[in-house]
Amino acid sequence: MNRFAALLDALLFTPSRNGKLRLMQEYFASQADPERGWALAALTGELVFDEAKPSQVRALAAARVDPELLGWSYDFVGDLAETVSLIWPAAEEAPGHVPSLAEIVERLKRASRAEVSGLLEPWLDALDSTGRWALLKLVTGSLRIGVSARLAKTALAEWGGVEIDRIEEIWHGLAPPYQPLFDWLEGRHPPPATGQLPTFTPLMLAQPLEDADIGGLDPRDYLAEWKWDGIRVQLVARGGEKRLYSRSGDEIGAAFPDLCAAMPLEVTLDGELLVLRDGEVASFNDLQQRLNRKTPNPKLLRDFPAAVRLYDILRESQEDLRGLSFAERRHRLEAWYARAPRPSLDLSPLVRFVSWDELRELRDGARERGIEGLMLKRADSLYVSGRPKGPWFKWKRGALTLDTVLMYAQRGHGKRSSFYSDYTFGAWSGDELVPVGKAYSGFTDEELRRLDQWVRNNTVQRYGPVREVTPQIVLEVAFDSVHRSTRHKSGVAMRFPRIHRIRWDKPFREADTLETLERLLT
Amino acid sequence: MPFAAPRPETWIRTTPAGLYCEPGEFHIDPLLPVPRAVITHGHGDHARSGNERVLATPGTIAIMRSRYGEAAGGSLQPLDYRETLALGDVALRLVPAGHVLGSAQIVLDYRGTRVVVSGDYKRRPDPTCAAFEPCNCDLFITEATFGLPVFRHPPDGQEIDKLLHSLSLFPDRCHVVGVYALGKCQRVLALLRRAGYKEPVYLHGALLGLTELYESLGVPLGPVLPCAGVAREAFKGRIVLAPPAATTDRWSRRLPDPLVAMASGWMRVRQRAKARGVELPLVISDHADWDELTTTIDEVAAQEIWVTHGREEALVYYASKKGYRAGALALTGFEEDE
Repeated sequence: MNRFAALLDALLFTPSRNGKLRLMQEYFASQADPERGWALAALTGELVFDEAKPSQVRALAAARVDPELLGWSYDFVGDLAETVSLIWPAAEEAPGHVPSLAEIVERLKRASRAEVSGLLEPWLDALDSTGRWALLKLVTGSLRIGVSARLAKTALAEWGGVEIDRIEEIWHGLAPPYQPLFDWLEGRHPPPATGQLPTFTPLMLAQPLEDADIGGLDPRDYLAEWKWDGIRVQLVARGGEKRLYSRSGDEIGAAFPDLCAAMPLEVTLDGELLVLRDGEVASFNDLQQRLNRKTPNPKLLRDFPAAVRLYDILRESQEDLRGLSFAERRHRLEAWYARAPRPSLDLSPLVRFVSWDELRELRDGARERGIEGLMLKRADSLYVSGRPKGPWFKWKRGALTLDTVLMYAQRGHGKRSSFYSDYTFGAWSGDELVPVGKAYSGFTDEELRRLDQWVRNNTVQRYGPVREVTPQIVLEVAFDSVHRSTRHKSGVAMRFPRIHRIRWDKPFREADTLETLERLLT
Repeated sequence: MPFAAPRPETWIRTTPAGLYCEPGEFHIDPLLPVPRAVITHGHGDHARSGNERVLATPGTIAIMRSRYGEAAGGSLQPLDYRETLALGDVALRLVPAGHVLGSAQIVLDYRGTRVVVSGDYKRRPDPTCAAFEPCNCDLFITEATFGLPVFRHPPDGQEIDKLLHSLSLFPDRCHVVGVYALGKCQRVLALLRRAGYKEPVYLHGALLGLTELYESLGVPLGPVLPCAGVAREAFKGRIVLAPPAATTDRWSRRLPDPLVAMASGWMRVRQRAKARGVELPLVISDHADWDELTTTIDEVAAQEIWVTHGREEALVYYASKKGYRAGALALTGFEEDE
């Protein structure tokens, strides 16, 4: 366990993706089974201990440590698991048997709530402080070390010398501690067979297309459909089981019992998850309400009805359709849907066009909510996981822009730790600037150096890592859309804001107003 | 306490300039220039410039000369460890505090009462300075920088191993370690050498003077090189020591893909380390941790404990619960940094 704890600790502090990958790969290479398999389960969020609660941790500490001292320490540290791990007094006797992660998982899985404290106490005595921290974070279900399941699988794939998609495809047919997976990756056995299990098929993704590049494409080769502003999902029903997967392969069915109930049998579908009211796409904010809730109540289900707008069909009964062309799959999808229409599923319509100019006009004229732009798919494209070059393009509508004033700057992380690279910008509300967003991309290295220098020379106030600057620089900010938000003082929140241009030339009094931004609300 | 022995608060007290011993007519680590200053150690918040007369260990005086030059004081009087000097009716001794080179506790005897001012101290061995010696006393005035039971510093060898392990895992990255110029820098160097690291270590310009001084005072620290004028690529896979603020600011842009480490007792608290942009926290401290603070209080067998600069309330609470007469001594001007 101490070795796994050291890994979590190092991952927490390592900002770079490559650094995190290296740390995980070193761990997989150096640890034995089933220890590393359980570690993989922890990193991918597959370990849940329902019977361990923060209140038990607090009670264990209060029995060992003076409550006044515990209270002051908690005030200083600000995190219960960390406070307890640091303050836990050394055992009177020599430390006992140091448990492995495997042992901890196996015993906790079988333990009742009443038994959990009895298990934790000797472990806390035997582990070092990092081990205690990792144990408490693990059992209370809040690792928060900046590693996604996808990143852990990427590390595993690179280490094993296989494509990540091959792991994604079988992932949901496997269970911790993943012995067959490690056997395969180390060349002892063929890939684990997942048979009739409802596993995830990594999605086929599109490349962005710039308006200028479209001239090189022949409109007769492509089919077009709307790009809806929800989240891409995959519905899998196989062997009597149903799954709803996010684009990254996470199982999100629990949050959408309404959809799962309405799901058909023996089919794999690709589509966009949306909140739909009478066929109208609701705002992304509405969808967020559903995504944020792991177990929705009936009111939420009623007020925010979820649906999937279908793009593609990958499997029907026993037949794998990925080897068919998109035109043929589209045909199969329409035929399948005609036989089995459902209220919470509908078809994303194809957009008919002859020329690119006509299509561009359709795109820019589309005022229906929820349309982000268009998807262009080659009629002859097979379904290939990943982001192949050429067959699919996303052709987004031009971004919205707003001239704002730089108000605060904060230093970045990792490679950018010496640069003020995170910018908060505001719009005018009367004579007052109101912060309307934050951006940390869209500029060149040269512009970053210049902005950094400017921030240092024009600081009026410092708040820890944040500098307030003289209002002077106009930032032209690009964003996809703007929504109402109760969490922001301005009452609005932008989606995907980035710096479009730095208007060194423009007087800051002439920047845009909050009213202008509000008129862009969707 | 013997009959008629004066209570400590009648002859030692706080003034705007800091702690003052009336019968000896001197201040200890004064904040403002005074006629006579006794200095515990060379850190800038304890040893300030501009006093008329300064009394300290030879090590501390050498450090003050190196830092302040002529401004170190009108006259600088060295006093070796354990030698006694009479100042008025007060007998004064300096005893090793184990904090940094030259650091001392101040032991004051006056009419049968003994007061010990700990200055900053630690109890664990440090190859760059003399080890702390506990002295029995009636009143112990202790620091409390890490006066919370969450502060338990791990063995320093373990922390140095973390640094060397990271260097082997990321051999192309420059490892830049934030260290204070006095004490921490030299201790990290000594610990690296003890762990068998023989490569030259690069030093930020602000660390060179005191490191040379340590060497000249007989503390071997192995090969060191200045950063100035070194080609960027030469720092790959090297260890660079720099003042903490420089590790994440513009100075660090000369380093190739730097991995920022920091050697400090504060690194024990993860969010604190993360907030500072530290990628490799090393819990190496020159201050006593909670266990060292509480053990020392028991060892010196004083009836009375005054707690100063740090988290006084927890240590005062602890000492009171154990039956000592304990109180917080409000002294301003000391920094939390180490």
